[in-house]
This record gives sequence, structure tokens and C-alpha cells, in this order.
Amino acid sequence: MKRTIDRRQFLRLAGLGGVVFASGLGGFAQAKTDYKSGDSTGAGEDFYFVQLSDSHWGFQGPAVNPDAQGTLRKAVAAVNALHDQPDFIIFTGDLTHTTDDPAERRKRMTEFRDIVKDLRVKNVHFMPGEHDASLDNGAAYQEFFGPTHYTFDFQGVHFIALDNVSDPKANLGEAQLQWLAQDLAGLDHKRRLVVFAHRPLFDLAPTWDWATPDGAKAIDLLLPFRDVVVFYGHIHQENHHMTGHIAHHSAKSLMFPLPAPLSVPKKAPIPWDAAAPYKGLGFREIDWDAGQIEISEFPVKA
Amino acid sequence: MNPFLRKIAPACLLGVCAAAGFGVAAWADGAAATRHARLIKVSARRFVFSPDHLTIKKGETVDIELSTADVLMGFSVPDLNARSDIPPGQVMHLKLTPDKVGTFVFLCDIFCGSGHENMSGSITVTE
Repeated sequence: MKRTIDRRQFLRLAGLGGVVFASGLGGFAQAKTDYKSGDSTGAGEDFYFVQLSDSHWGFQGPAVNPDAQGTLRKAVAAVNALHDQPDFIIFTGDLTHTTDDPAERRKRMTEFRDIVKDLRVKNVHFMPGEHDASLDNGAAYQEFFGPTHYTFDFQGVHFIALDNVSDPKANLGEAQLQWLAQDLAGLDHKRRLVVFAHRPLFDLAPTWDWATPDGAKAIDLLLPFRDVVVFYGHIHQENHHMTGHIAHHSAKSLMFPLPAPLSVPKKAPIPWDAAAPYKGLGFREIDWDAGQIEISEFPVKA
Repeated sequence: MNPFLRKIAPACLLGVCAAAGFGVAAWADGAAATRHARLIKVSARRFVFSPDHLTIKKGETVDIELSTADVLMGFSVPDLNARSDIPPGQVMHLKLTPDKVGTFVFLCDIFCGSGHENMSGSITVTE
């Protein structure tokens, strides 16, 4: 707790990280004392993690991002410069920009991996986006980063990473849904859950392909749990949405921003603004503190 | 077999039929062709549909004939609850009877490479 407070005071004093969302999840504080952690790290400790997303390493388009080779490195440096280092880091997909050439795909993944090796925090989790995985059903991604869906536990919270990109139709698929159901079957409904996905699990904007065709099946499986929050990427901007009591928060990109859902006739990257370089790009912190989550957004700076 | 099922079954057996909803059916070429439907041919190649704009009258039944010049594509009209895969080497048909006017986006909903995100068009349904 003390570390969290010290860090927040530092953020405020330094003028960093605008807090954009704070939520007291129903029953969350109570849940801290109601269940026993399934791992050895103990229950109820406050912690924070960093979400980075949509770095699209390999993208080229000077009108959109003339610093395509530098933006990810700047984000890594910014995370490394955080006053207190996060407990872990998650990349929520589109680590690389797609290519038809399998050799080039692996080259981009090698370069991405080499860059993020410079992160001071070594507890780093990865997930694929469709740019990483859809053209080869996740084969190259798995060579470099391991399974495309998995779970882990930290400080009594159960984290679930879902793969809605290895199928080029963006389905989770029956096999993964069955795996999810089996995982959840062993958990008390008071257990706190954090879900990561690349694409939105709900129909944010199907005409912009911002949806997961069978995402509602995953949400149905999660609904019995009273404390669930989903973090995802794909749409290159913040978006906060509720499906029942489940909150969904999308993250900014580290390559180019996209327009607000259905705000323009045709979706296209927002051009680079020379007067405000890196505008719309960034990463976020997620704090878990005394039964609340607090999201702080950080920009990428020159 | 029920005539409707006979029409749908071949596509479903191929795993390429995903359209569902009022006034919508999809099937692979070789199945019984729909009658009394205006034929509209739409070809797909990365990353464009041709044509990329269709005009249909409300209540009119059209048979959208779909083909792809390269990789597996999707043709999806979310607001009309209609879609079909477009496998390479096959001609697909999507029967559509719009029951509302307006302009509706169609898009490729199967990731097909860099440029996929911009692969879309529109259908205008008039009175």
C-alpha cells in the first residue's frame, strides 16, 4: 500500500500519467478477505502492471508515424523511467505489423523481442494480434512467445489471456471456449478475474471489424464472477465499455491512433500531427489498490 | 429433403455458410440457384471489392455472386446480418432481401494481410 501511495504522489508531483478511469468494483474489497489465493504469492497485496499494445513493429508510413523505428523504443525507455517499476507488463497484441513473407515476419518478431528485452521488468507477458498471428494461425508467434492463450495468478488475482486472432475469422473457437469453461469451473465466483484479449470481446463496431464473433460466449462464461475486468487493444485508442457488470478497457497504440468508433465514414489511421508529435500514442498503468482499479494513461514523448 | 435445406446444405457441409437472419441465405455454386433474384457479381482481391458499391431496392431479392482472385476472403454486411466466406476457387452466392432502407457497410471479415482493414464497400437500399 505505502509504495502505491508514494508512487501516486510522485505521479501527481511530476505531472505524469493523467488518471482517466477509477472504479470501485462491486464486492471487490470484500472479495479480498473472502477467498484464498490459488498461488504462492499471497492474497490481497496491492500491485500495479503496465499494458502496452499495438506496437506494429515493421509498419512503414511516414505520413502516419515518421518515427516508426523509434516509438516502441521510446515507450520502453518511458516504462524503464517509471519511479517504481511495475510488478509485470503485458503486451496485448499486434506486436508486429503483418507481412506475407514468413521470414520477414520472424525478422520483425526477432527485432521486437530484442527491443523489449531492454525492459527493466522481466516479468513480461505477450499476446498475439491478428497482424502477428492470423496469416499463419499463430505459428511464428508461438515460436517466439509461446502459447497464444494462457492463465496466470498474481497476488490472488486470476489473469486470463484469450486468443481471438489466430483464427483469421477472429473467433475464439469452441476448443478455447471449452478450455476457458474448464479453467473457470475450478474457481470461486468471488475470485477476482482480469481478462486480456486483443480484439474487443463485445460488438464495439462490427462494420469496422471491431468485434469477436463468438466473444459473447466468453462473456457469458465470465458473468457469474462478480469482479471481472477486460483489457484489450486493436482499436488504437482508449475506450471504456460495460457489458453487464464487466468493464472493458481498450488501450492506445504505439504506432498510430485510429478514429473513434464509427466517427468517420471509413476507418483509417489518423495522420501524424507535426505540431503534436506522438499525439494519441501511449501506454497505461493499472493499479489495484484497496478494492479499486485505477488506470493512468502515459503519452509517448519525443 | 426440405427444399430450403437442400439449398443450404452443400454450403454448410463445406463449412462456408455463416449467414443467418431474415431474408438471407448463402450457398456454394453447384447448389440449386435461386429464382427470381437479380444477379450481382462481386469479385474480391486483396484488398478491394469490385464493385465496392451496390444499390438494391427494399424488398428486392438479389443473388450476390462472390468470388476471390487470391486468398480466402469474407463478405460481411453486419447491419443486414448477412455474410459468406469466399474460398479461392469457389463461387459463392449470398441471397439478400433487404427490409430496410439506408446505406450499409460490407467488409472483408477474414484477415487477409496488410490492407485488410480498409477492404470494404457499401450497399445502398432504396425505396
